Amino acid sequence: MKWAPALFGLLALALWQAAVWIEHVPVYVLPGPLAIVGAFAADPVGLLTALASTLLVTFAALFVAAVLGGAMAVAMSASRLAQAAIQPWAVALQVTPLPAIAPLIIIWVGDPFVALVVCATIVAFFPLFANTASGLASAPPELDDLFRLYGARRWQTMALLRLPAALPYFLSGLRISGGLALVGAVVAELVAGSGGFASGLAYRILEASFRLEMPRMFAALVLLAIAGIVLNFGLGAVGRMILRRRGVA
Amino acid sequence: MLTVNTVGRVFPGGIEALRDTSLRMDETDFIALLGPSGCGKSTLLRLIAGLDQPDSGRLDWDGGAPVPGDIGFVFQDATLLPWSTAEDNVFLPLRLRGMTRAEAMPLVHAALHRVGLAGFETARPRALSGGMRMRVSIARALVTKPRLLLMDEPFAALDEFTRHKLQADLLEVWKQAGCTVVFVTHSIYEAAFLARRIVLMTPRPGKIAAEIASSLQPVAETRLDPAYAALVTEISRAMAAALA
Ligand SMILES: Nc1ncnc2c1ncn2[C@@H]1O[C@H](COP(=O)(O)OP(=O)(O)O)[C@@H](O)[C@H]1O
Ligand SMILES: [Mg+2]
Repeated sequence: MKWAPALFGLLALALWQAAVWIEHVPVYVLPGPLAIVGAFAADPVGLLTALASTLLVTFAALFVAAVLGGAMAVAMSASRLAQAAIQPWAVALQVTPLPAIAPLIIIWVGDPFVALVVCATIVAFFPLFANTASGLASAPPELDDLFRLYGARRWQTMALLRLPAALPYFLSGLRISGGLALVGAVVAELVAGSGGFASGLAYRILEASFRLEMPRMFAALVLLAIAGIVLNFGLGAVGRMILRRRGVA
Repeated sequence: MLTVNTVGRVFPGGIEALRDTSLRMDETDFIALLGPSGCGKSTLLRLIAGLDQPDSGRLDWDGGAPVPGDIGFVFQDATLLPWSTAEDNVFLPLRLRGMTRAEAMPLVHAALHRVGLAGFETARPRALSGGMRMRVSIARALVTKPRLLLMDEPFAALDEFTRHKLQADLLEVWKQAGCTVVFVTHSIYEAAFLARRIVLMTPRPGKIAAEIASSLQPVAETRLDPAYAALVTEISRAMAAALA
């Protein structure tokens, strides 16, 4: 059972390679898996450096989104006024398609790295914000009553009840936002093109497609997919570890 | 200690949860508030705790209004902080009034010991059974040495064996702590076994219908006493009359 996904994957790759060989599909239409591995082997440093650049944007954006999303959720939970002021803007930000505003952001924010981080942050922000907000409100009302009974100050209820209750929600938001930050970084790079940072994996994909270097383009795509999967599982594992250490998972 | 004076409470939407409810509680009383669900028992308890305000009537406290720690509250669920150990959960009321851990720990351990949880100080709620979680909740309510302990159907979700044990242990805790207990229940058997005074409530609007005094010994063996069965019968008859 455990090996079923790997076996299935290998089988699919073998069929793909066989189809490409038997049908003599030209490499600029669809490269086989071996050609893709070959393209990676031809320039591993270049592709991995590009991946590192994209991941740098991803993690920077994830960090900013975690801090901003968390802080705004806390502000909202602490004050009704803040809630009324923040909520509609957060939703507006969420429903705005990134490709539509990325060009503006890239023009406004002079520095290309910062511009990419801003774009990826916009995509990664909402799950962190919304999850933390519902986590802060997730404690059962009896516990609120208990804190009131003992005359707890607002900051005490926040520190001892709401924030700890929100942690699992924040961590699952972080996992969702990790993947989104990567997507945001890639989309922003694609929009920016050569006018942007010009060092990320998405730019390598653009470049390879212009030159019809399909195997290289696919190699970059595969790297991106692997990075996304590792990011997702990694953030999930970190979250589970933190919750286990706190005795709540 | 406290006189509830013709108190009324109408919730938004027009539900009259309590009307003209009067009840006097004295030092070391053990009162059971007994009635079918929806008759306003929890509402009355929350008013006494200061978690809700009456729309009419007054609460008159002998010797001044209570300060935090004078009242302990035990809910139907243990309502523990799942990320905190048993001792940190019991520490909470003291922590909220600014006591340091070092100052509080002797009191915390004494409270856990009193409910039979010595040795479980560092256990998390997940690792404890339902009955043990309820014991932590009772220790948390006792740790401030409250004058008044309010309990809202605390054993309703437990199995019968655990419930019997906790009821008997609660009597011991009450005798040692010397506080007043107001215990909400919808079980006639529980009210008859525990309380010195059994106060019957009826719904729509919530009212106090009758009060029955118990002369049973507050000990575990009472359950086998024919007088206990007689009291259950007496309460059942009074409840049937009140609801008729
Ligand atoms: N916060 C509230 N808002 C509106 N109605 C309420 C509220 N709390 C209780 N009630 C209503 O008041 C009545 C008495 O409730 P409660 O005191 O919880 O009864 P009991 O504890 O005896 O089961 C019920 O009809 C209940 O639906
Ligand atoms: Mg109730």
